[in-house]
Amino acid sequence: MDSSSSWQLAKDSLWPLLQGMVLGTIPLTGISFVLGLVVALLVALARISSVKFLRAIAATFVSLIRGTPLLLQLFIIFYGLPSLGIVLDPWPSAIVAFSLNVGGYAAETIRAAILSVPKGQWEAAATVGLSRGATLRQIVLPQAARVAVPPLSNTLISLVKDTSLASAVLVTEILRKAQELAAPTFQFFLLYGIAAIYYWIVSQLLTVLQGQLEKRLNQKVAR
Amino acid sequence: MSALIKVKSLSKKFGDNQVFKDINFEVTEGSVTVIIGPSGSGKTTILRSLNALETPEAGTVTVGDFKIDYAQHPNKAAIAQLRSHSGMVFQGNNLFGNLTAIQNITVGPVKAQGLSKDEANKEASELLKLVGLAGKENAYPHELSGGQQQRVGIARALALKPDVLLFDEPTSALDPELVGEVLSVMRRLAKQGWTMVVVTHEMRFARQVADQVIFIDHGKIVEHGTPDQILENPKKARTKEFLRRIIGDFEI
Repeated sequence: MDSSSSWQLAKDSLWPLLQGMVLGTIPLTGISFVLGLVVALLVALARISSVKFLRAIAATFVSLIRGTPLLLQLFIIFYGLPSLGIVLDPWPSAIVAFSLNVGGYAAETIRAAILSVPKGQWEAAATVGLSRGATLRQIVLPQAARVAVPPLSNTLISLVKDTSLASAVLVTEILRKAQELAAPTFQFFLLYGIAAIYYWIVSQLLTVLQGQLEKRLNQKVAR
Repeated sequence: MSALIKVKSLSKKFGDNQVFKDINFEVTEGSVTVIIGPSGSGKTTILRSLNALETPEAGTVTVGDFKIDYAQHPNKAAIAQLRSHSGMVFQGNNLFGNLTAIQNITVGPVKAQGLSKDEANKEASELLKLVGLAGKENAYPHELSGGQQQRVGIARALALKPDVLLFDEPTSALDPELVGEVLSVMRRLAKQGWTMVVVTHEMRFARQVADQVIFIDHGKIVEHGTPDQILENPKKARTKEFLRRIIGDFEI
């Protein structure tokens, strides 16, 4: 293939690959991250609860998530669960796998962030009559957020790229789009290169957003 | 006047360490009690037992008509009820770092006591005026000086309309030039008739404001009485020694 037809293929691929990013990678990342944070908060609270049983379950969950490859977790949910009678489509499989994975990693971040809030804040809240739940919502989590934003941003940016693994369970995100476009033309370098640039741009945007969010949180609760 | 607070046979251990033992005292309504003693004597832990921030193994604390018996392992509800009778001012102020001055003051009344936001804001502004911080409603704690923070802490405690105000070394963490503004607010509160229990090293404050001084050493009340009795004419050797040390008049 000569260079002009390569150029043409690149131009023709920009739009389908962008679609793969916007309709595949980004929603998959967004939904999984939000659900993952919910899982993470619950696991973090279980990890610091006074109930031994909850602590044990949460610790086991974190250890399993961190101790096994993400690709394998995806495969177990998509290819493995059907033999137990649970059949999930590609998208739900991917969302479940990524949410649990984010949940396992972010739980440790959130746990550490909650513990970084001084004990005096809990005590003061108790003396003004706030329940533990209200203290957590009104006082502790807003302060923990400041500590948690940088590491959670890392988790989010990693997740953007990790969702490429969903191509292995038939989710049409940007990498799978690139594979589909490259297969008949053998232009792997070109198409994977464009996909890489798209990933990089999204990661850069998130880095900028992270900086702004950190600045806003610091204005409020700088100490 | 009747006793608002009654403390009976209060004892606490941390592991093998007996923090205090068989503490008994009463606080008359509208009076100021100052607790003094060397660091590590257990005075702060005793104060914190008055609102169950520490839970002693034995003894009872009565505030108003509510009595808590620590030997019975009081449940959450009982502890919450005990706490509802008191407001606390901490050594490190413990202001909520994510809330403005006025939010620090209103969060308790609104979230715990069900006061309307408007009403709480109105009262909080009045309280800020009372502690000399009118106009600082929207300042975050980190934008205030240590003395200002502590005065917001006092306003936060007052907003709960408690029966008694507890002060845990309210000036110990402050730069010396900021101590005066906090003590003068406390003097004003004493004049207004608030019942106060104060752990402090400020002997001048104790002499001028206290109705009762309690000297604690090694987890025991060594002696208690009027400021005149304890600070001017102490009977026990340990009290004399402590006062000599704190005033700085001793030989090395």
